[in-house]
Amino acid sequence: MYEFLKNLDRRWVFLLMLLSVAVPILLNARFPEKPTGLARAVFNEIEKLNEGDPVLLAFDFDPASEGELGPMATAFVRHCAEKKLKMYFMSLWPVGPRMVEDALDRVVRPDFPDLKYGEDWVQLGYKSGYEAVIKVIVTDLKQLYTTDRFGASIDSIPLMADIQSVQDFSLVINISAGYAGTKEWVQYASTPYPDIILVAGCTGVQAPLLYPYIPEQLPGLLGAIKGAAEYEMLVLDKYGARDENGELDEPGKYFEGIRRMGPQLIAHVLMILLIITGNIIFFIERNREGSS
Amino acid sequence: MKRTVPLIITFLGGVVLIIAYFIPYTQAWGEKAAVFFDVLAAIAFVLGGGNLLKNHLKKVSDRVAGWGYSVICLVAFLVTLTVGLGKIGVNPNTQFSNYAWSGVYDQVGSPFWWLYEYGFKPLTATMFAILAFYVASAAFRAFRAKNFEAILLLGTAFIILLGRTYAGVVLTGFIPDDSAFSGLKLENFTVYIMQVFNTAGNRAIMIGIALGVASTSLKVLLGVDRSYLGSGGD
Amino acid sequence: MKHSRVSPLRLLFLLALVSSLASATHGQEADDGVVSSPPRPPSNLRAVDYPMDKGEKIDLTWDLSLDDPENVSTYLVYRSRTDKEIEKKIADDRKKFIDAVKTAATEGLFGEGWKDRMADLTQEQLTHVREVRSRAAERAETTFSSDPTSEDNVYKFLGTAMPGENEFVIDKLDGKKSYTFMVKAVGTDLSQSAGVVTEVGLTPVLQWFDGEWNTSGGRFWLSIIILVFCGAVVFWILRARSGKPIRVRKIAGLEAVDEAVGRATEMGRPILFVPGIQDMNDIQTIAAMTILSHISKTAAEYDAKIEVPTARSLVMTTARETVQASYLTAGKPDAYNQDLIYYVTDEQFGFVAYLSGMMVREKPAACFYMGAFYAESLILAETGNHVGAIQIAGTAMPAQLPFFVAACDYTLIGEEFFAASAYLSGSPEELGSLKGQDVGKIIVVFLMFIGITLFTLAALTSANPGLSSIFRNMGDFLKNVILT
Repeated sequence: MYEFLKNLDRRWVFLLMLLSVAVPILLNARFPEKPTGLARAVFNEIEKLNEGDPVLLAFDFDPASEGELGPMATAFVRHCAEKKLKMYFMSLWPVGPRMVEDALDRVVRPDFPDLKYGEDWVQLGYKSGYEAVIKVIVTDLKQLYTTDRFGASIDSIPLMADIQSVQDFSLVINISAGYAGTKEWVQYASTPYPDIILVAGCTGVQAPLLYPYIPEQLPGLLGAIKGAAEYEMLVLDKYGARDENGELDEPGKYFEGIRRMGPQLIAHVLMILLIITGNIIFFIERNREGSS
Repeated sequence: MKRTVPLIITFLGGVVLIIAYFIPYTQAWGEKAAVFFDVLAAIAFVLGGGNLLKNHLKKVSDRVAGWGYSVICLVAFLVTLTVGLGKIGVNPNTQFSNYAWSGVYDQVGSPFWWLYEYGFKPLTATMFAILAFYVASAAFRAFRAKNFEAILLLGTAFIILLGRTYAGVVLTGFIPDDSAFSGLKLENFTVYIMQVFNTAGNRAIMIGIALGVASTSLKVLLGVDRSYLGSGGD
Repeated sequence: MKHSRVSPLRLLFLLALVSSLASATHGQEADDGVVSSPPRPPSNLRAVDYPMDKGEKIDLTWDLSLDDPENVSTYLVYRSRTDKEIEKKIADDRKKFIDAVKTAATEGLFGEGWKDRMADLTQEQLTHVREVRSRAAERAETTFSSDPTSEDNVYKFLGTAMPGENEFVIDKLDGKKSYTFMVKAVGTDLSQSAGVVTEVGLTPVLQWFDGEWNTSGGRFWLSIIILVFCGAVVFWILRARSGKPIRVRKIAGLEAVDEAVGRATEMGRPILFVPGIQDMNDIQTIAAMTILSHISKTAAEYDAKIEVPTARSLVMTTARETVQASYLTAGKPDAYNQDLIYYVTDEQFGFVAYLSGMMVREKPAACFYMGAFYAESLILAETGNHVGAIQIAGTAMPAQLPFFVAACDYTLIGEEFFAASAYLSGSPEELGSLKGQDVGKIIVVFLMFIGITLFTLAALTSANPGLSSIFRNMGDFLKNVILT
């Protein structure tokens, strides 16, 4: 056994990981979530707003990180739609607009058909230039966004009449998978312009790098699926399940974060077991070397 | 001459960006410099595309190991380029219906959208998902309690791994929320570790990095470090 | 006496005051039925450009009302609206008025809470509602009027000043517009004095240097810190040039470079160098190029094959120049093969997929990952480990450091990565810059020590509020003004 584990082919580890992720997905294992302070802070920042307040949703992620960030994008859009906020979508990533479309397809189009394009939400689309875009739009949004994503003049969109710059939004929500993302929004928007209130959702790897900005420059932060699941719980508690039958459906697009925490739990336990096993081998090996 | 001109350009570019930060009147200069870079990078796309074609065509013609992948790469590149640039299958924008190319390139149902939705999206998601397997393998292989510091690291890793899931809530659920020990509940302790210890460590690394960046930039601007233009100080 | 910030409690009080003022009119009758006497207005209102700013601020001063402080509860500060702002305000007012009339008409028909009953209405009733609302809107359109020259339309409320205060800094102005200003005194019974207005319009002026030293957001202190830091780096470079020896501690990862290149030569396998996935505008990519220059020179000397796949076209071009020059310096220009430095794709995971495949096929003996990396770091390092390569990584991406540390043989952490070029070249000038960098660290440690001491003293002297607030204010100045 010792020899087998010592020279364990890494494909066995891969197989275990596959099983630990696949089995909870197939069994639809779901565990309750207990929202922490940061998720509550994000939720409260949106709750504070009044009907009709403009909110900028910057989707700076791509399909690769959709697994980690998609559920929080869905929850953010649903929360804003339930609060009847005016939603403005933009992206600093080339495929970001497609991520926006996915969220709209999941939430706005099926569940909020009354919301009209140009009056209740608008897709500003992608702009290249990373943080340079933020630097410009914090003072003059229309300098860069002369048209919406579909080529319509920005001045012809009723929703844009009152918006001159990012400072006119009541809240900025950023979902980010890396560069350019939350860090750049903090550095070039909420830090030089303290009136801009920014909340964010990010991947697990990024989250520790953003903690230094909490709470002054970044009042709330959702870290990866865990943060998304906690936020989903808060939104569900307040607004209930919103499916065709008014019941929790399976798998349920508004429970996606909670659902994805199932595989995460088992995978984390597997990681701990692997580390312990690795160390047992290490100590046996050291003892043998010592005795020889 | 081959070294001097780039050095002058580097120096001038750097000085302009620094001045633009402190002198409001010149703020636009910095933005212009950034635009220059974007233009250069955009032109370089052509260079990159040409190099990609040359490289893979050479591999196919030499029949080197894995040349079949080069064929797939070339086909995917050319097809995506054609349907994307040509906006093939894209309906004109309703506002400008007289202009055939006025629709967005990734319109739902268009071939480019199809490639994105059923090719690009699952492929990139797969590559990212591979990380889960590699993380497990690396943890098994490299995470050893070799000394006291490594033991501390291991303990912290266990707390975070458990605290970021429902397991943490269950394991320390016996501690009442309103007790003086509620900070020891795994889910709370995880947040504490991340916000205090982790942030402190990260800040130290980031301060070192910031000073390194400033010092390196200065060396490059002043031409002290010219190795990126070729080795040595000649 | 300058103020632009108020405490939350005070702000709440002021907001309550201002909202109640909104309905108060000049000379109104007070609750007890006695006609109140408004305070006498402030006088001699002066507006001057705020010095050393980026053209967004104006300083306002006035002489206090003669009734201050007996019959003054606050001062209200206003600025003139631009023509466009007046147009927008009138349009907003019109919209609000029409909405209010429509709502009133509907409530007259169905009572309050009519919105909740909408779903129960028949089609006929709904049509009736629409007609009523449409008629109300038409009526409102014709009755609405607003004078663009009225005081309410021309002046925009900005903030308040307390009795005894006679200065106000106005921020966020447009440097291309001219503004006039108005200040009113508010009595203890909330009655308002007449407004005192600046006679001539003033435009905020863009100064040549954004050097506010006493408010948050100015760049004066940053310029001082930069000057000190850059001065230190330049000083040590010059000192090193004069021949003073400089000692640098051993960096294991860089000591191993020769070993890694030698191993590749012995095994007859290539060396893989990945300069991150960012473009040439990222300083990490530039640092990677300087390291590539040294490694490729060593490779040329050992006759080893070095392969550099890049994720950006510009990086490819730069890397070619760098490697070619290194081969030239090593005296082997003919051995240089530009086809080994090539562009793969900008797409992060496409690049990783290519590299993983290439590593498995070609089994490089040494892998260098130097530059800006993201999620691909662990995939690359684990694949390299699997093929048995000796791996050295260097990055300034804190999030990726743990992955490289776990999976690579050596990792250059943050500043070590930037120090690598100096270390490898051994050039006194470059080593001098490292010494200058240390001065930066001393400054950081010194400021941290001062900050911690000030806030600790503020906490320890909390029994003496005067002394405690002095320490706290000094700490706040350091934190909020000097370091922001």
